[in-house]
Amino acid sequence: MTTPFPHSYLPHTEAQRREMMAAIGVSSADELFADIPDAFRNPDIALPPALTELELLLEIGGLAKRNAVPGEVPCFVGGGVYRHFIPSVVGAMISRGEFLTSYTPYQPEVSQGTLQATYEYQSMICEITGMEAANAGMYDGASSLAEAALMACRVTGRHSVVVHDTVNPRYRAVVDTYLLPQGVEVTTVAPGSESISDTTACVLAQYPDYFGAVYDLGPLADAAHEAGALFVVSADPVALGMFRAPGEFGADIVTGETQPIGVNMSFGGPFVGYFACRMSHIRQMPGRIAGRTVDHEGRVGYALTLQTREQHIRRERATSNICTSEALIATGTAVCLAALGPGGLRRMAELSYQKAHHAAAGIAALEGYEVVDYGPWFNEFVVKCPLSGRETNTALWRHGIIGGLDVSDVVKNGLLLSVTEMNTRHEIDALVSALGAIAGEDAR
Amino acid sequence: MTEHPSELRYTIEHEWVRVEGDGNATIGVTFFAQDQLGDVVYIVLPAVGSTLQAGARMGEIESVKSVSDLFVPVSGEVLETNQDVLDHPERVNEDPHGAGWMLRVRMSDPSEVDRLLTNEQYDSAIAS
Amino acid sequence: MTTHDISAQRAHQTLWDLSAPGRSGIRLPESDVPKQPMPDASLLREDLRLPEVSELDVVRHYTRLAQKNFSVDTNFYPLGSCTMKYNPKINDMVASQPGFSGIHPLQPEETVQGALELMYRLQRDLQAITGMPAGSLAPLAGAHGELAGVLMIKAYHEANGEPDRKVMLIPDSAHGTNPASASMGGFEVVTLPSDSNGSLDLAAVEAAANDRLAGLMITIPNTLGLFNPNIARICEIVHGAGGLVYGDGANMNALLGRARPYDLGFDVVHLNLHKTTSTPHGGGGPGAGPVCVGERLAPYLPSPVVEMVEDAERARYRFATPANSIGTMSAGHGNFGVLVRSYTYLRALGADGLRQASGDAVLNANYLRRKLEHVYRVAVDRTCMHEVVFTGRPQREKGVKALDISKRMIDYGVHPPTMYFPLIVEEALMVEPTETESKETLDAFIEVMIAIAREVEESPELLHEAPHVTPVGRLDEARAARQPDLRWQAP
Repeated sequence: MTTPFPHSYLPHTEAQRREMMAAIGVSSADELFADIPDAFRNPDIALPPALTELELLLEIGGLAKRNAVPGEVPCFVGGGVYRHFIPSVVGAMISRGEFLTSYTPYQPEVSQGTLQATYEYQSMICEITGMEAANAGMYDGASSLAEAALMACRVTGRHSVVVHDTVNPRYRAVVDTYLLPQGVEVTTVAPGSESISDTTACVLAQYPDYFGAVYDLGPLADAAHEAGALFVVSADPVALGMFRAPGEFGADIVTGETQPIGVNMSFGGPFVGYFACRMSHIRQMPGRIAGRTVDHEGRVGYALTLQTREQHIRRERATSNICTSEALIATGTAVCLAALGPGGLRRMAELSYQKAHHAAAGIAALEGYEVVDYGPWFNEFVVKCPLSGRETNTALWRHGIIGGLDVSDVVKNGLLLSVTEMNTRHEIDALVSALGAIAGEDAR
Repeated sequence: MTEHPSELRYTIEHEWVRVEGDGNATIGVTFFAQDQLGDVVYIVLPAVGSTLQAGARMGEIESVKSVSDLFVPVSGEVLETNQDVLDHPERVNEDPHGAGWMLRVRMSDPSEVDRLLTNEQYDSAIAS
Repeated sequence: MTTHDISAQRAHQTLWDLSAPGRSGIRLPESDVPKQPMPDASLLREDLRLPEVSELDVVRHYTRLAQKNFSVDTNFYPLGSCTMKYNPKINDMVASQPGFSGIHPLQPEETVQGALELMYRLQRDLQAITGMPAGSLAPLAGAHGELAGVLMIKAYHEANGEPDRKVMLIPDSAHGTNPASASMGGFEVVTLPSDSNGSLDLAAVEAAANDRLAGLMITIPNTLGLFNPNIARICEIVHGAGGLVYGDGANMNALLGRARPYDLGFDVVHLNLHKTTSTPHGGGGPGAGPVCVGERLAPYLPSPVVEMVEDAERARYRFATPANSIGTMSAGHGNFGVLVRSYTYLRALGADGLRQASGDAVLNANYLRRKLEHVYRVAVDRTCMHEVVFTGRPQREKGVKALDISKRMIDYGVHPPTMYFPLIVEEALMVEPTETESKETLDAFIEVMIAIAREVEESPELLHEAPHVTPVGRLDEARAARQPDLRWQAP
């Protein structure tokens, strides 16, 4: 017998429960669970005791206070997740209950808000990437890239994929998780050195690449196309505020992480993987798509469309198993892009560029440090340090600074540093002087 | 009172076959099939020049919320596919046994047609 | 409201309709560093046709859009298999603490011990609920958890020298994600028939139990909202043939504190935290789909998992990768913001509260079943769990489809139920009230459904043309698919 547990989430009074049980014809709620064999029914589950709302804030909020927060401390970690400015309108709009607590818009008449927001999100992704069509969003940038590779296999009927070694290693790992079990061969090469053959489904590139470099992708796209392969680019959307769009270079699929535009870093999620392609390949695209149409009276409206690609209709032959994705976060990115406009996005990109190059210049002037020259770059760069990346980070933390990412597997004593418009000049100067001090300590 | 003309032959998977004067077969889906599907929105057909065995999957037909396989009723080489129906899938709803045809096939074994259903046999099959 | 209402006129506009060159919705500061040389112009873009709108334009536009949505905060949402329960506001408040929302996923572990401890505790609590000895929070949604599950099953058989176990059994009543996930895992899908209770046919399972069997994917309770009393026996049959059993946890809201998948014989189960643990659906995500596993699959869990290390002074937490992990599912560690909300919910209810929640969820579904069974036929006439599936066949005979009934519900302010699912029920209307709805709301809903049944008899045209009160009526979805218009383009 269950003891009644009064709770603000559970509206029934005991009298109402009794009334409802009488209507059903049972004398206790437990009777409704009689199909569960006795041996398995009502197990003990060892959970900590329930807390009131006031206690929850103290208890779980206490855990939050044990984390060092970028911005409260200087932080130069990037690697695919970046702290950019989020206008106040973003949180205000996506915390509205009608966006926050609605379901997937399968019923268009009561979901026009979500659907139009999605259509506009798709439109803005197309503009930024220079592509013809975009979906409503995938889980994150990494899984979006993996799904792009699978899509390229379907489009070409081929089962081999070439990945640049300048693609984020965490993205490459997810590509492996998705592709290898399906028997797709994955080969990692340096850009331009790839041996693309007539069995290559696609080439996966990153822009700017993992080490920050920006260069003309046109020749790489042409080489892929000559072999009948697709050219897939994973791109930072803030960088696309100032640099040429992958669509201009001939990319067939462009994916990436929208996190830098309007999404909290939130320890790695929830984010959104954007996904854009050519109209000619639309039938092989994974994920939901919103389209514009009319109702029976000719009024403009929006609905999910091309749904026969998806799992709820095509089942084991679907383009992907994806169902719930990241709609609310995509709407947040759309709100942020609407607020920024073309000028704001460009300014955000240029401020990041300016501050990052200022930081690099300061570090390059330090004794014992070298900024690796990969050609033109955006807001991330590799520094060769006198100590290993790991030791340098530990030393920086002693100065109260969260440093960068250890890339010593690629560059000896390499540290990958990222700077955005959120890093103040004061923070950057503190980083440069701390690095100088660390080198001095090491020399002694 | 049947919507299915007597001069066509049928399969239980709802395709029809018409043997033309030149001995080639024209293939489409039945009135009953399009009525069950509702608005047809997309069709995938085999490449011209491909050779198919009777009963093989030859393509797909989609409505807004369903996708169904199409099976070729007779063996042979695909001579032509109906570009108009690929561009305007609604032809299948408007005129399933006429303008909504899908492909023409040079039959490798014309006797296969005799083993297909008559309109009466098809009507009783779909009634059950 | 008159036709001159300027608010109504703007209601249909897109962001581009509001745009004017030079306008902006946010001002960013000037650079505070010395000017750096810009890259070569050949690398820079010239055009970027984003809308240019003011800050108030942004707010009004998205507020108007929001007002066109139904949501749990505004409407009863009895959407079967989706568990649209109340989403407590404290969850969002806790998750928005800067110490959670503002931290970078690649910060050194020593700087994020609070976040790691929260993940460790949630992992442990989900294991307690499912009875499983191990788990990973890495998958980002239910289907992502399914993919992780089938990949673990594949890795397990391969490690045991049985790579030819390629057959994944899936009942015909399953969600489409199950066969799609199995296919992405490289398995052949074999569909099993259900018996008249919508439960898996035991004989069919036995017939498929051979050395090609990789496993079975099954939803508990099943998609008809019924608990299969033979489930433990089915697990034994699959295990006897060397296969593993995957539990789709989409319906776990019925089982909280009532039964643990591990005890029933499951090897792996995913949980939809956005259903069972009250995190908001957001119009289609974010979700989270952690997987919990038995001993056999623990070494194959997706990375990362969170470990506790007992130091001299205090416990320390760190990420770890299981010995034979299938790899990572995303670039991050899981949908952390969703995990925080989920943990907050579990702490708000505790074990007794969860048991009360599942009890009330099942009570509510059975109450609706009993009150509506004389009007809409129940697909399977027996005690249900957290959801009840009606069939609109009696109404269909009068020319009214389940679709029409659902659309008419909108006019009464109720979100339609899940329609035409499971596929094995004709004219299915799948109703899941959840535990957070009051008896008063349920009674009002019952009156609506009875009124609609009366309309089927008296004025069916009302249903055929419904909904009548929404910003748009039924949309031309055939046109949307035949002539896809997927993005705004300059006129």
